[in-house]
Amino acid sequence: MADEVVLLGFWISPYGMRARIALAEKGVKYEFIDKDPRENWPYLLQMNPVHKKIPVLIHNGKPICESLVIVEYIDEVWKDRSPLLPSDPYQRAQARFWADYVDKKIYEAGKKVYRTKKGEEQEAAKKEFIDMLKLLEKQLGDKAYFGGDRLGLVDIALIPFYSWFETYEKFGNLNIEIECPKFIAWANRCMQIESVSKSLLPNQHKVYEFIADALKKLGFS
Amino acid sequence: MADEVILLDYWVSPFGMRVRIALAEKGIKHEYREEDLRNKSPLLLQMNPVHKKIPVLIHNGKSICESLIAVQYIDEVWNEKSPLLPSDPYQRSQARFWADYVDKKIYEVGRNLWTKKGEEQEAAKKEFIEALKLLEQELGDKTYFGGDKIGFVDVALIPFYTWFKGYETFGNINVEKECPKFIAWAKRCMQVESISKSLPDQDKVYGFIVEITKKFGLE
Repeated sequence: MADEVVLLGFWISPYGMRARIALAEKGVKYEFIDKDPRENWPYLLQMNPVHKKIPVLIHNGKPICESLVIVEYIDEVWKDRSPLLPSDPYQRAQARFWADYVDKKIYEAGKKVYRTKKGEEQEAAKKEFIDMLKLLEKQLGDKAYFGGDRLGLVDIALIPFYSWFETYEKFGNLNIEIECPKFIAWANRCMQIESVSKSLLPNQHKVYEFIADALKKLGFS
Repeated sequence: MADEVILLDYWVSPFGMRVRIALAEKGIKHEYREEDLRNKSPLLLQMNPVHKKIPVLIHNGKSICESLIAVQYIDEVWNEKSPLLPSDPYQRSQARFWADYVDKKIYEVGRNLWTKKGEEQEAAKKEFIEALKLLEQELGDKTYFGGDKIGFVDVALIPFYTWFKGYETFGNINVEKECPKFIAWAKRCMQVESISKSLPDQDKVYGFIVEITKKFGLE
């Protein structure tokens, strides 16, 4: 019986992108339902009653929620190809640690950069954000990817935020390439990978326009 | 060569308790080191430079940080007995989802119960009871979240039970009245040896909370 795989997502969500990259790495055919979760979406509420958020992976009718839980699930079900986590337990723990670091830190820090007004608060937010990228650069070291020679859990957790970089840079008056050249080099390497680039990461400019528009509506300038 | 296992911990931390339970379930001999969080040891700062927090599991000199990551590590390394996660991928994803839910909800909301006042506290009370009811629903008729034996979600959640006297007294709630199934589950857990011998007495934890609230003028 063929697998039925559906992904509920929203094009701009870095969390949704993680699931899409994982599915593409594994070559899994799926239906992508792209919708703004703020709109009326009863199916989403039914599939994720606890958090009411995307992404939600629905495999043969059963929902899996939370992006990193979804990525590990995909890795375990379609385990015959393109492993996303290492097999060694210590290395798995390290991969999970850094993916968790990305979750705890990057989204909020990035948000502060584009949500705070120019001045001390924004300068502090920018510094915090750059410091995090530098820590990740250190963790990457000389490796091509966080996963080693291939994409792994941390690459998948992190690369979606790259599509938000124009937003961070324009609003924050930042030049990330100057501050963190190794990070940008890693991001460019990821973008060469088919599962990442093939229509998975939205155009950075599209993201910027969407956020700029949303902020205008909220009364920010 | 014998394994060297060290746990850097703080007695009252629910996150540390998770790792203690996992080590006990697997019967792993280890050295427990109590940290003074106002004066963190050089070893802690060296082993967890990113977050500088406990618990830190150190296995043959290598550190594993973040309690749920440490529990999964323990489950994967000492995999011959007492599995904490199910073998089926879908059930594993559900266990991870609910452990993550505990992480996102119980600690922060519970904390607001004893640190906030007025409207904020009322909101926290409502949110806390709702979260426990949702967990009761997820438990259903099972003995434990793990089924017939304790599993990942039980390990993630039961430590917060040691804080209940604090939550109830400061938050002015009666958890047993609102969520009897939850309390019944908690009591069953406390009958499990690896749990009862890993958790501090509720009265001791309550004493700790009273001391903190006095110190920071939160009464």
